[in-house]
Amino acid sequence: MAKRSTPELNAGSMADIAFLLLSFFLLTTTMEQNIGIPRRLPPLLNEQEKTKEEINRRNILQVFVNSKDRLSVNHALMEVIQLKDAVKDFISNPNDEDTKPIKEDKHIEGLGMMKVSKGVVSLQTDRGTSYSMYMAVQNEIMKAYGELRDEFSVSKYGSAYNKLTEDQQEAVRGVYPLNISEAEPRETKKK
Amino acid sequence: MKITRKKKTGGSYSSSSMSDIVFMLLFFFMVTTTMRDEEILVKITLPTATETAKLERKDLTCYINVGPPIPALETQYGTDTRMQLNDSFRTINDIRDFVAAKREQLNESDRVLLTIAFKMDEQTRMGIVTDVKQELRRCQALKISYLAAPPKDKK
Repeated sequence: MAKRSTPELNAGSMADIAFLLLSFFLLTTTMEQNIGIPRRLPPLLNEQEKTKEEINRRNILQVFVNSKDRLSVNHALMEVIQLKDAVKDFISNPNDEDTKPIKEDKHIEGLGMMKVSKGVVSLQTDRGTSYSMYMAVQNEIMKAYGELRDEFSVSKYGSAYNKLTEDQQEAVRGVYPLNISEAEPRETKKK
Repeated sequence: MKITRKKKTGGSYSSSSMSDIVFMLLFFFMVTTTMRDEEILVKITLPTATETAKLERKDLTCYINVGPPIPALETQYGTDTRMQLNDSFRTINDIRDFVAAKREQLNESDRVLLTIAFKMDEQTRMGIVTDVKQELRRCQALKISYLAAPPKDKK
């Protein structure tokens, strides 16, 4: 082939561009993250420990989802969208009603004495309940706690919960601890 | 034979094929990173949730997949809800070994941070979910996360 003296384009930097792309993809593929609702399971209790302190009736919000995915709260039917406000109202007990949880004085690091609700949300499902319904209920309960914490954060520190420092968040968590008790589903024998 | 060394040529061979090599690497990594995930044998449509947190450490997470087998495996395994651990269908009783094996891979200090991610189809019945949870409590693997998808109608 005859040699022509065409001006050659320096294609060396092409590799750099490709490397840039390469490292971009390497980074983004590992950045793909799963999201989920984090939860801690209670440890299995021994037979003796099972006779734990009786929780006062007024401190329990009985949330039950049956096998037809119908939700009942304290034996009254409810829609999922109403659950958030019910939980909020129950936990915060704004009017100090007798039927809603007791608040006890508790010392919180960084805040001093605070009134902390002793309310527990007891979530019970049937073996036939669908997972999506369960997640929807979980989500609503988490949302209720999230809003309570947010409201408290704004009134106390002037910014939303997730904008606070680690210590402040812990204090807010102390005021509104996540108390969800998941009973074993019905139709299972209590061991 | 005399070997003459040309000094004047300047050694300007085309380096344009360098990019091809790098592109080849690029494609290789793109393909392998998707292949690294375990092969999913069950159909999973995650339930939606808004109050979620990111799963921080992937190396400290192990997945429990629950759902009906994918269409290609329906003839073999039916359409009943199955549980997949690693690359095969397993039963509740295998969770213990699965968690133990995963714990074995981790450092002593990281073992308490092991998170079990529930990757479950939204049509799953709670009976199975509870059985899994009970078994995890027996294994002392208490940190769990219910994987969810962000709601679609947002935005």
